[in-house]
Amino acid sequence: MVISHALASGMGGVRTAGDLVARMQMTENMRLDEAKEYVAGKLGVDVKELTDPVIMDEVRKELNIGRVQPGAGNAKGMEAKFNVAKLLDIKINSVEKFKSKTS
Amino acid sequence: MVQTRLGDGSTIEMTEEEIRADIERGVEDATDRANIDSLSEDEIDRLADIYTRPNKFVSVETGNELVLTFDEGSVKLKRLAVSIGRIPDLQLYERAFCSDTAEMAHIDYSYKPIKPIIAEEQIEMEQALLTTVLPVFYGAMPNLSLYSQPDGSFPNPAELLPKGKIKEAQEAYEGMVEHAISDMVFVASKMYEAGADGINFDTTGSAGEPDFLATLRATEILKEKYPDISIEMGMSGEFVLGMHGEIEYDGVNLAGLYPHEQVKLAEKAGADIFGGVVNINSSETIPWNIGRTVTMMKACAEVANIPVHANVGMGVGGVPIVETPPVDSLSRASAALAEVGKLDGL
Repeated sequence: MVISHALASGMGGVRTAGDLVARMQMTENMRLDEAKEYVAGKLGVDVKELTDPVIMDEVRKELNIGRVQPGAGNAKGMEAKFNVAKLLDIKINSVEKFKSKTS
Repeated sequence: MVQTRLGDGSTIEMTEEEIRADIERGVEDATDRANIDSLSEDEIDRLADIYTRPNKFVSVETGNELVLTFDEGSVKLKRLAVSIGRIPDLQLYERAFCSDTAEMAHIDYSYKPIKPIIAEEQIEMEQALLTTVLPVFYGAMPNLSLYSQPDGSFPNPAELLPKGKIKEAQEAYEGMVEHAISDMVFVASKMYEAGADGINFDTTGSAGEPDFLATLRATEILKEKYPDISIEMGMSGEFVLGMHGEIEYDGVNLAGLYPHEQVKLAEKAGADIFGGVVNINSSETIPWNIGRTVTMMKACAEVANIPVHANVGMGVGGVPIVETPPVDSLSRASAALAEVGKLDGL
């Protein structure tokens, strides 16, 4: 069921920009179109490109915000979320917790 | 003839005219029951187009994709008898299923039983968050029924009501609500403090309007305690059952509310995402069911100020009530709710 929804109507998660649009809904209550426009603006792409896995993989690699197939040296997991929080100008709870426990 | 299904999942064949007529009947049923606007002729045409295509699988047009959130996330693979821990499960959601979000959950999916094992839940959430990029919710059900005998300490309203002990049943519900709020706030606080991106109150209202009240009040308390916490409130049914009969929130009687009314109270309490539900009638056709589902959910999305994610799975949201949802019905419901329902997510 998860896969069928992902293919039928999902944004594509970290394969594209679905996780980023989801974060804007969760943290700022943005409706779908507003969240897509916000993320597209931050990424410097057109809204329609947000679900293009070829374009978005290049963009995610360049911004180091996590990729579906992360290469050696790319930001992964928490490292990527530090960059996501900065890029989207939002607080990510786990990133804040990480900061509070380190340094 | 076009192949479609009944709400019980069985395959049937209908003409294109019959499919459109059933969609119209479903739309009419929704407008009558929930007292909401009908769909336009263009929107009904669009639904008819989706449901008369011969394709096994239907998807949205490029650009019309929406965000997916999930209930019982890390429980579902275990239920398929896959031997897997929850962290690899969440990693699969992220990198194999390409989900937009994921949810960590305990196999005993209610807030009450999580309370005694909260430390273990926090540790696993902390570790999961180190290795994932996508937003991770922690979710469970309010499940008010666990607070009455024999599972809980309060007299069971289901035994009191048939005996005509209305006052006693109402008092039992009122006590159960307080205990449920306490457990939901406790568990959600701990999981938020562990770093969870969001909390999901899933299947809200399953024990009627006292269950809905408990969730609204827990949401309110959590938002006051943690202004940045993100809360998704997913409902259990299209219509809040009146089990108590006199419960109000913000001056509104909770019994009998439909999704477009529920979402306004969820907003008021501080929810960030509302998960509306429209049930399946297993004796009616899937075109009839999708007509009423899209009509109710579109009305909900139109009045909402927060994102609305419809529940679209076994027995809800235009999907047959079976354990193995057929991809023909599931993909059509997914596409119909995105393109005609104008939802923010599923």
